[in-house]
Amino acid sequence: MTTTEVTPEPRTAKPVTQLGDRIFAGSAKGAGILILIVLAGVAAFLLTEAFPAIVAPTEDLPGEQNLLLYIWPLLFGTLLSAVIALFVATPLAVCVALFISHYAPRRIAQGLGYLVDLLAAVPSIVYGLWGVGVLAPASVGLMTWLNTYLGWIPLFAGPVSATGRTMLVTGLVLAVMILPIITAVAREVFLQAPRLHEEAALALGATRWEMIKMAVLPFGRSGLISGAMLGLGRALGETMAVAIVLSVSGVVTFNLVSSGNPSSIAANIALQFPEASGLGVNVLIASGLVLFVVTLAVNMLARYIVNRRSEFSGAN
Amino acid sequence: MSKNIEAKDLNIYYGSFRAVEGVDMSIKEKTVTALIGPSGCGKSTFLRSINRMHEVIAGAYVEGSLELDGQDLYGPGMDPVLVRRKIGMVFQRPNPFPTMSIYDNVIAGMRLNNKKAKKAELDDTVERSLRGANLWNEVKDRLDKPGSGLSGGQQQRLCIARAIAVQPDVLLMDEPCSALDPISTLAIEDLINELKNDYTIVIVTHNMQQAARVSDFTGFFNIEGTGKPGKLVEMDETKTIFSQPTQKATEDYVSGRFG
Amino acid sequence: MPTGTEHNETDILGPELDLPATPDLVPRAQGKLPRWAPWAILAASAVVVGGILATVGFSIGLWVVLTVVLFALATYTTSRVVEGPRKATDRLVTVVVGSAFAIAMIPLISVLWTVVSNGVARFDAAFFTNSMRGVVGEGGGAYHAILGTLIITGLAALMSIPIGMLTAVYLVEYGKGRLSRAITFFVDVMTGIPSIVAGLFAYALFALVVGPGVRMGFAGAVALTVLMIPIVVRSTEEMLKIVPNELREASYALGVPKWKTILKIVIPTTAGGIATGITLAIARVIGETAPLLIAVGITTGVNLNPFDDRMATLPVFAYYSYVSPGIPREPFLDRAWTAALVLMVIVMLLNIIARIISRAFAPKTR
Repeated sequence: MTTTEVTPEPRTAKPVTQLGDRIFAGSAKGAGILILIVLAGVAAFLLTEAFPAIVAPTEDLPGEQNLLLYIWPLLFGTLLSAVIALFVATPLAVCVALFISHYAPRRIAQGLGYLVDLLAAVPSIVYGLWGVGVLAPASVGLMTWLNTYLGWIPLFAGPVSATGRTMLVTGLVLAVMILPIITAVAREVFLQAPRLHEEAALALGATRWEMIKMAVLPFGRSGLISGAMLGLGRALGETMAVAIVLSVSGVVTFNLVSSGNPSSIAANIALQFPEASGLGVNVLIASGLVLFVVTLAVNMLARYIVNRRSEFSGAN
Repeated sequence: MSKNIEAKDLNIYYGSFRAVEGVDMSIKEKTVTALIGPSGCGKSTFLRSINRMHEVIAGAYVEGSLELDGQDLYGPGMDPVLVRRKIGMVFQRPNPFPTMSIYDNVIAGMRLNNKKAKKAELDDTVERSLRGANLWNEVKDRLDKPGSGLSGGQQQRLCIARAIAVQPDVLLMDEPCSALDPISTLAIEDLINELKNDYTIVIVTHNMQQAARVSDFTGFFNIEGTGKPGKLVEMDETKTIFSQPTQKATEDYVSGRFG
Repeated sequence: MPTGTEHNETDILGPELDLPATPDLVPRAQGKLPRWAPWAILAASAVVVGGILATVGFSIGLWVVLTVVLFALATYTTSRVVEGPRKATDRLVTVVVGSAFAIAMIPLISVLWTVVSNGVARFDAAFFTNSMRGVVGEGGGAYHAILGTLIITGLAALMSIPIGMLTAVYLVEYGKGRLSRAITFFVDVMTGIPSIVAGLFAYALFALVVGPGVRMGFAGAVALTVLMIPIVVRSTEEMLKIVPNELREASYALGVPKWKTILKIVIPTTAGGIATGITLAIARVIGETAPLLIAVGITTGVNLNPFDDRMATLPVFAYYSYVSPGIPREPFLDRAWTAALVLMVIVMLLNIIARIISRAFAPKTR
């Protein structure tokens, strides 16, 4: 008797399908394709509108500035503010998530989780107003202290801004904004640490911290990285907080406590767009394209790291 | 309302892999046929091919024919959806629809197939099906409660009620008791004994004693090794299979030497 | 005296071993800090730092920070002496994690407090019933902005919910090949589009189709749709994946076609989760400022036509009230804060509604 190498052709290519099935399946597929079209459209339209700025000779551009020279300080400002935010927010987010998942009493832990989620929903304009109205004035003292005692580090060289609208404060506002996002991802990851490993650690006589070190943190490392990158992506694209809080002079500097700062791409667009016209609009859109590419790269990296972990989706 | 089933040289494929090879089987109406065999021998695959459920997996198809009262279920132009309206199925794990009440679960098949019916007719169907599944007395006062609130055994009987509400010709059962406790199992086996007066029943079971208790005919499937297709080794009256089987493999299996 | 063979036998049994006494299984007695110890140390640290700062120069921020640092160090050293190094490290980490949590909560609570206390000033009936037409100082309101926000967000929801849900259905129920992998990948990409870029896209789209310099409410809705679709797709997808396959099989076995199974069995089973996801998506985009700034602009009067020129929206209204106030400044700042408060209240309400929906629709078992 022959074995399974026999491969006869299937008798009917497809089974008989109902009309309802074909319409429904077609619409679902169409919706998916529409999304691809939209995304392609975003890229295409941006390129089309940015193109005139890219090819125009330098004299025609507003301010008679080479396009690259125009965008570079903005890119620098974008990256600097986002990196500060990431540095500050990530360790705090890990602690908050750990606190909620392993330290807080069970009864209030869920409430705390809700609270943090609610804070993720606060609109960015609110953070902007709070940043310039509350945090900036309150930080002048801190920045003066940093300048006095650590002024030899270029980050804190003076002169200290009197209004507090500095890169440091902007970075802190961004940190507060992305904190709930990273915390949410970290909390998810910590809660998914296998209870079996936790109990094994405890049964060996480990203290709570030792158990976390052994069973929870190693398990969640890649999830944490992806959460941090998601936060970074959000900070890179954030507009209103930077537009309102930062006092801009356009100079590229690492000085975090003075009032001369480079703007960020997004904030610059927000500030200039309403009054811009002609080639100026194209220049702004070109800078938007640069931002799009940078955030795309960051998010793709984050998704790549996430997808390497096999995820349990519940489907069987 | 019941019919006989005839499989002629049925081969079942998943993609290029032949899962079941050359089954010739005759199932008489209003009988209970049990399919037994070790794990992976193709008995569940064969059962699912009777109501074309195996086609839910992409790339699955059959060679050969499967006839219900002379009509080839795999003939050209045969809609699998219509086949499943005539051949009902009960699964291993009870799966009442969680968003529906007991009442709605029973008539789910009718409602979803858009059979327009008056309330009185639906009430009759619900009572008839629940009585037929030996569940009526236990749930008649809470028909509007969710179906997922019943015990495991009750849920499985609810699924049986749901399957017979559409008045199929054949009832297929894929290890219906393996997720249940012994008392519920007994209840379902008693139920099968009553149902066979109205339906042709084919049941896959891992439990040989159950096959011996419940079925009139038994088919023994076997598999030569991993990667090989499953085959129907022997099919006969239950008492013959369990006392004087003709094939050695059958005898080895029923006497517990393997599987 | 052992002879040859006897010697061997003794060897087989082994020479007499001089086993040391079994070591103590109980380690040397470890102390334990009393339950009130952490609080006492905290109080002591606060007092000490406060005393030092009183002489050097007091500031609340410095007091809090130094107290926490001193508390951590004191806890560690005390615990290490009494309880041993492992327990001391554990306590130290607990202090660090707890303080980090408290520190993280401070700005978040400060934000809430600031918005509420500043926004309450103009939280009156006039704010909700007047626009800014003809207003140069006191008075006026955000009636036009509230309506604008509702109209534009409503349009965006209308466009993104069907597309998002159908795409999720395709990904979970139908697609298995390259197309569905591409769609999944690009939906992920879409979640990372900065909101201002979405605004630029909408502007560019309408500039090419209608004419440059065009602003309209519908363009803002298009921008918000671009932001909303990936959220709807992801959350619907997650919900659909949770439905066990056995439910679908039970439906197929009853002879129900696939599309009806999806519409009448699968989706209703997760209706709560899907509704929650959609509500949260709306809450996410309703507060977006940047795309509306670009594509819709602002106006002082009421404009309810999303296809005709600029409209006012709450976040853009708040922004402009703040950055370009008139003279006197105060009324404008007040209006900005109140607009921010109203926006936040709407967002919080949507979040709460989402939770209520999810709880109400959870499959009941009794």
